[in-house]
Amino acid sequence: MDNIIEIQHLSKTFGSNEVLKDIDFSVKKGEVVCIIGSSGSGKSTLLRCINLLEKPSGGQIIYKGENILDEKHDIYAYRTKLGMVFQQFNLFNNYNVLGNCIVGQMKVLKRTREEAINVAMKYLKVVGMDQYINAKPKQLSGGQKQRVAIARALSMEPDVMLFDEPTSALDPEMVGEVLKVMKELAELGLTMLIVTHEMGFARDVADRVVFMDQGVIVEEGPPEQVLVNPVQERTREFLRRTLNEL
Amino acid sequence: MRLELIIKILTENWHMFLRGAGMTLYISVIGTIFGFIIGLIVGIIRTIPIPERGFKKGFLKVINWLLSAYIEFFRGTPMMVQAMVIYYGSAEALGINMDKYAAAIFIVSINTGAYMAEIVRGGIISIDKGQFEAAHAMGMNHFQTMIYVVMPQVIRNILPATGNEFVINIKDTSVLNVISVSELFFTTKSIAGNSFIFYPPFFIACVLYFVMTFTVTRILRFIEKKIDGPENFILAGNQMQVAKPEDMLKRSN
Ligand SMILES: Nc1ncnc2c1ncn2[C@@H]1O[C@H](COP(=O)(O)OP(=O)(O)O)[C@@H](O)[C@H]1O
Ligand SMILES: [Mg+2]
Repeated sequence: MDNIIEIQHLSKTFGSNEVLKDIDFSVKKGEVVCIIGSSGSGKSTLLRCINLLEKPSGGQIIYKGENILDEKHDIYAYRTKLGMVFQQFNLFNNYNVLGNCIVGQMKVLKRTREEAINVAMKYLKVVGMDQYINAKPKQLSGGQKQRVAIARALSMEPDVMLFDEPTSALDPEMVGEVLKVMKELAELGLTMLIVTHEMGFARDVADRVVFMDQGVIVEEGPPEQVLVNPVQERTREFLRRTLNEL
Repeated sequence: MRLELIIKILTENWHMFLRGAGMTLYISVIGTIFGFIIGLIVGIIRTIPIPERGFKKGFLKVINWLLSAYIEFFRGTPMMVQAMVIYYGSAEALGINMDKYAAAIFIVSINTGAYMAEIVRGGIISIDKGQFEAAHAMGMNHFQTMIYVVMPQVIRNILPATGNEFVINIKDTSVLNVISVSELFFTTKSIAGNSFIFYPPFFIACVLYFVMTFTVTRILRFIEKKIDGPENFILAGNQMQVAKPEDMLKRSN
């Protein structure tokens, strides 16, 4: 078993609203998993439960064989192992590009400044933002912000990268540059869990596609199955609707 | 306006005016700084997320109650009355003879703190939730998130409100004349009382107050600009190369 993350019977309720229902799900090392599904189906909540930005209401999250919902588990150390990229970028407004990429390394991982800068520059080069180290977030375009956010997450050298609709807040002409970077990361063998509405990207990059609807995983499998010949009627219905919108 | 009268008063009493203005500035600078620090601490404590259960929950609730009592009390009563109660009260009821300048700084600080606490709390809750989440997602705890991500932004955002408090303090230290602190208003009153001439000394005081508040406002505006940094950034790495047109475009956006 080389599952990095294994989720068992995960549930999440907000008040009386059951958003995740008995989810079983796992991610293997080096795997790229895309999660698709209509808005409100619980995709973000699943991602946010995995890094504990939301507290699961029930079930287990096993990370490298350890139950991280255990009371005595260090959730801060665990979170450093997961890189998160948000739809709204969420770059720290009080730092420039370089600052964004080194503050976590220095304050959380306790790396020295030189070490942190070396690592940050390495990943800023990967996303093509190494020339912009002096820029403040508000001086960048959406696509540039998202690439910096990816570099910031990579700089922590996590085991798994989580992406929550990384291109949904971007102007159409900037979607490509971010997807290109993500594709390169996939080719480098990074373990990635990506919530996306980019069906073409999912088909090209994913090892596995997960379709969620109303808090449950309806269907999962290789992209050729889920995106081309889905088994479940609900998946087919979703794809029909999505493709019609294009 | 009898200009020569004003000039006469000024030439005879300039050192007293200057000393009074100096005292006013001194009390309001120190009071604003202490008040700012009190406000930061109180505001940060009042925004600590309260856990769902346990000892810490009860403890935080009690602290929060005490802090909001402090804020409500000092915001809800005039500083002049507080000065009388604290200065004379400590002498008559507790037998402690406070130094009146120490009392003055204490009163201004604690008052400013009450206002600043609410300004800071407002500043913290107005920071986008995404900033907290991004910090938490990279493994920062609440304390680290506040120190490295949230508070620097809050402090920048509340600088204008802090400047406002500073200006108010410069003007409101005048009420401390009730405990005979020789700030500008008290000094002016004695000059007027000694010479039996009223409006010229107060006219001079008026100008001095304005010079002080205006200067402080300008200095704070300058600090704000300094914190914000330059409008544009410089591309790193390829100084030898001519900037590519698309980079220049990006930069101007
Ligand atoms: N903090 C919250 N409080 C209450 N309800 C929430 C909260 N976050 C999400 N929800 C609800 O959970 C459901 C799933 O949301 P989400 O996971 O964001 O869906 P998706 O990302 O698939 O669009 C929605 O009905 C949403 O209203
Ligand atoms: Mg979502």
